[in-house]
Amino acid sequence: MYAQMVKSTGEGVKDLKEMSPEERAFQERIDRGEKIEPKEWMPEGYRKTLIRQIGQHAHSEIVGQLPEGNWITRAPTLERKAILLAKVQDEAGHGLYLYCAAETLGVSRDELLEKLHSGNMKYSSIFNYPTLTWADIGAIGWLVDGAAIMNQVPLQRTSYGPYSRAMIRICKEESFHQRQGYDIMMKMAKGTPEQKEMAQDALNRFWYPSLMMFGPSDKDSVHSAQSMAWKIKINTNDELRQKFVDQTVPQAEYLGLTIPDENLAWNEEKGGYDFSEPDWSEFYEVLKGNGPCNKERLGARVKAWEDGAWFREGLMAHAEKQSAAKLAAE
Amino acid sequence: MKKEWPLWEVFIRGQHGLNHRHVGSLHAPDAEMAIKNARDVYTRRNEGVSIWVVESKHITASSPSERGPLFEPSNDKVYRHPTFFDIPDEVGHM
Repeated sequence: MYAQMVKSTGEGVKDLKEMSPEERAFQERIDRGEKIEPKEWMPEGYRKTLIRQIGQHAHSEIVGQLPEGNWITRAPTLERKAILLAKVQDEAGHGLYLYCAAETLGVSRDELLEKLHSGNMKYSSIFNYPTLTWADIGAIGWLVDGAAIMNQVPLQRTSYGPYSRAMIRICKEESFHQRQGYDIMMKMAKGTPEQKEMAQDALNRFWYPSLMMFGPSDKDSVHSAQSMAWKIKINTNDELRQKFVDQTVPQAEYLGLTIPDENLAWNEEKGGYDFSEPDWSEFYEVLKGNGPCNKERLGARVKAWEDGAWFREGLMAHAEKQSAAKLAAE
Repeated sequence: MKKEWPLWEVFIRGQHGLNHRHVGSLHAPDAEMAIKNARDVYTRRNEGVSIWVVESKHITASSPSERGPLFEPSNDKVYRHPTFFDIPDEVGHM
């Protein structure tokens, strides 16, 4: 997802009987569906796992602006350009909601950014793929935002109050993103043979990376089991991936495009599609930093941060001077 | 020494006649910039007609551990609710 392979305590889920009284009371509140709020007692593992997860999610929103930003100046019409600008601005907003949620757990914004820039925190693997044609912008909205929605809708019910509220805001806006992507795909798929070809090519390149967004199967992962007990993860990766495929296949059929998977077939028994797994060795390579655009993406982030330093400091110095002048005048 | 911009809490009045409501927080160097940033971050879709910002450090919050002593005393005062009183149907709407 936007947060992939987030590690929790690694110890697995404790039985209620093995927990300290505080931990037990905490777990029972979560089991009752109560929200946990910033200043309340929480296990250290819960706090740390959430910082990792929300932080990674925030970083993904921010880095996710880069592949799309690539096409703002080259959008085919003024209307498409205005729409894409609005979408990219939304992504910045989503990142900011999430950073704020993470900060309520006692980590500072600068610390989070420092960890992103030094490679200690990750962002979603999907943003390390290039956007080669305009159809890629359609494919990203349709598939990448579509996959993100699969994960974010259930996370609106997550146990941590600020995270849940950020997710609710994000989900309201995300539907626009997916629809604008599909709208681009419809236009291309019904266009000239060359345009349709371009749409098919974008689907071919983004299909498996989109499936990777959900992360490898985690049905046996102790990290996921703990995160699910804490309700900071609601579904397994496989459940979400299946749901995504089942939803997307008819959408591709409507476009007259072909999902690049010869094993794709409806399975009456399970009431869903059978499909091929993505190449997980590619996924691990991308996570390690060896994807097609890792260096470019992180490089752009670090450059923006460093080039903006004088500006951030300047505004702060100005604000301090103004407030000192105001105090002196009083 | 680099300094992080301070944190501000943002309150938005969604429509005329409603209270300002807390929507989230953001970083900004001063109040004026905080309002401008709040406009961009929290009202991209006509969510507001008015914005308040206050530096987070100026907010005093009740402590979660005081929840009992603060809020429980009102639990046993059910007579504060109109439904506590049975008014016969013949009396009509009251």
